[in-house]
Amino acid sequence: MVTDSDWLRWIPLLPLASAAASGILLGLFRRPLGRGATVVLSCGSVLVSFLLSLLALWHLIALPVGKRLLVDRVAPWIGAGSFSAEISLALDPVSAIMILLVSGVGFLIHVYSIGYMDDDHREDKGFQRFFCYLNLFTFSMLTLVLADNLLLMFLGWEGVGLCSYLLIGFWFSDRWNAYCGAKAFIVNRIGDFGFLIGIFLLFTAIAGVLPAERANEAVVFRGIEAAFPLIAEKTVQLPHWLGFLPGAPEWKLATLIGLCFFVGAAGKSAQIPLYVWLPDAMAGPTPVSALIHAATMVTAGVYMVCRLSFLYDAAPGASAVIAWTGGITALLAATIALVQTDIKKVLAYSTVSQLGYMFLAAGCGGYTAAMFHLLTHGFFKALLFLGAGAVILALHHEQNIDKMGGLTRYIPWWRPTHLCFLVGVLAIVGTPPLSGFFSKDEVLLAAWTAERVPGHTWLWAMGVATAGLTAFYMFRLHFRVFFGESRIAASLRGHIQEATSTVTLPLVVLAVLATVAGFAGLPQVYGDMLGISSSNSLANFQAPVLAGASAHEVSHATELRLALVAVGFALAGALTACLLYLWRPGLPERLAASLSGPYRLLVDRYRVDELYDRAIVRPLVSFSESVLYRGIDAGLIDGVAVMGTARTVQRLAAQGLKYAQSGLTQSYLVLMLAGATLVVGYLLG
Amino acid sequence: MVIPLEHVIGLSAILFAIGTIGALTRRNLVVILMSIELMLNAVNLSFVAFARAWGDTLGHVFVLMVITVAAAEVAVGLGIVISLFRNRDSVNVEDVSLLRW
Repeated sequence: MVTDSDWLRWIPLLPLASAAASGILLGLFRRPLGRGATVVLSCGSVLVSFLLSLLALWHLIALPVGKRLLVDRVAPWIGAGSFSAEISLALDPVSAIMILLVSGVGFLIHVYSIGYMDDDHREDKGFQRFFCYLNLFTFSMLTLVLADNLLLMFLGWEGVGLCSYLLIGFWFSDRWNAYCGAKAFIVNRIGDFGFLIGIFLLFTAIAGVLPAERANEAVVFRGIEAAFPLIAEKTVQLPHWLGFLPGAPEWKLATLIGLCFFVGAAGKSAQIPLYVWLPDAMAGPTPVSALIHAATMVTAGVYMVCRLSFLYDAAPGASAVIAWTGGITALLAATIALVQTDIKKVLAYSTVSQLGYMFLAAGCGGYTAAMFHLLTHGFFKALLFLGAGAVILALHHEQNIDKMGGLTRYIPWWRPTHLCFLVGVLAIVGTPPLSGFFSKDEVLLAAWTAERVPGHTWLWAMGVATAGLTAFYMFRLHFRVFFGESRIAASLRGHIQEATSTVTLPLVVLAVLATVAGFAGLPQVYGDMLGISSSNSLANFQAPVLAGASAHEVSHATELRLALVAVGFALAGALTACLLYLWRPGLPERLAASLSGPYRLLVDRYRVDELYDRAIVRPLVSFSESVLYRGIDAGLIDGVAVMGTARTVQRLAAQGLKYAQSGLTQSYLVLMLAGATLVVGYLLG
Repeated sequence: MVIPLEHVIGLSAILFAIGTIGALTRRNLVVILMSIELMLNAVNLSFVAFARAWGDTLGHVFVLMVITVAAAEVAVGLGIVISLFRNRDSVNVEDVSLLRW
């Protein structure tokens, strides 16, 4: 069942070694490496890691189906009594796809960063520091994905959170960037708390049914999965004040655990209500947005849900919550994206929306669809971010699309920056046969067929509506940037220049991937048309690991009709964008004026940030200020304990004790004698 | 003729009491130092007496130790007295009660 392979550890360790080398040189010895050495070290380590990942996939495919599991037990880690957790890596079909995505896209983005962060090199603002963080992120993400047990996964989970914080606030001299980094970190902590509670609940439940000497299996994924049927039907009593919840007062334990884990997933993967950090995370450099906040880290939540699919399969309540959260997030984030004017903010809300799709699929039991969309989204969203980065570079760090337009005159359509951006747009809106088309259809199909989720047809409808909105805002973005009259600042117009080849080359590779990746998971309905007997190789590859991956009970005709509806909505969205931004350029302003209420609401992102600020942040800050700081810290600890002791001593000394200090030697002598007599008297008797 | 231990201890106690009273009542620093010497030697006497009574030479060793320390103490003490006399023209302890509240 398990095949040992002790070289698996090098996949995460190489980026770690590179990060550690740069970090030690830079942090301890203040010796920055040269530009060339930094590039070779950081990009090289990730490249080798990618090649090893390919090798690992090759090994995995060579194994017979059902036995595809490589395990590398690196070292013992935590030992306490009979419990022990290992640093142990496991590669199965799901994590194999993930490490290829992380190291592959990661490598491309490392290469891209060479060009993008060039300014930082010239002005010595931390070129090497950037690559050090990027490598550290790659290590953490690979650890998260490859972890064999929940604790190691949590280590990687925290590691990516830390790197996210470091990289969002990379240009920390601007206070706003530092604030955004802190916001991302703090919002993620809320999610992590849920994740931790989930781990504890799952551990106590599983360890309770296993014999004591096998308790350490209760954190290992395989052990949990094997023992899970024993606790699948367990129930817990909810406390009275939660009596209003559906199904109260008795819940399935699996539902409770699943919801706890989902809180973690919602934090990391930016779902309602914890999505607010992701749009602000755009304060970081664009390659960071592409790698961490689009392609890899934010998908960790989806990956975790898929990894625990056996649990969610037994917890329909938790699954329904996930599906509905995903659906609502997808729709709301898409509506916010309609009116944003920052090129990266549009893409950020788009990411939130697409992550919603993935949770929609996962909640509906379509774990393979979720993983498929995760993969294709990784390609096309990284492509879009890198394309946006190339535009931002060409315009000398201008991000406002109101100050773009007509860029096609400077960068014609056949140039990589323009063409690749267009490919990304076409892929995300679901143009057949680009990757987004197939994966989005799989997601929508999962929603359509998920009979166990209440209101699943509504979810499907929301998904289709989101597809239409996605097409609208993506084409709006494309038209506002590249077409129409130029609103570029006059001072910039003479200096518009496409970025260097290290920037454009990753774009081209990603564009190719975003175009063809869909064929890896080609739904059977299209496979039949092309005469391929088993076309959905990605799903077939992952199916043994993911629960509930049974075939959809839907006829090919229905499936095609559903796809047609989605494409129709996307087309409608695209045509609306054409109408508003190409054919009738004055119309958007008039629309905004006549619908100013809803328009303002969208521009203000439903004022959720303000709501959180009023309801949570400010009360918390003022409570901390008045009670915790002034009351407890300054008042009780500093005032009573520290200064109070000092003042008491002072007062005692001033009012009485000081008279003992008469200055007369012989009075001291008397006291000494009295003391000595007392001590001796005590000792003698 | 063997002197009984009680007599020696009694003498030691008397000497110690005289020394204590001298140290507490006299105002001349030199006399106070001498009184302290008297107390130390009272203790030495009892050490030697006990050492002989119990046949243990550790008492002698300790007495030698005390004599050495007492010599050092007198050297430092008299040094202080001399420098005090040069500065204040007095060896009265009541004249040097400066370190007070």
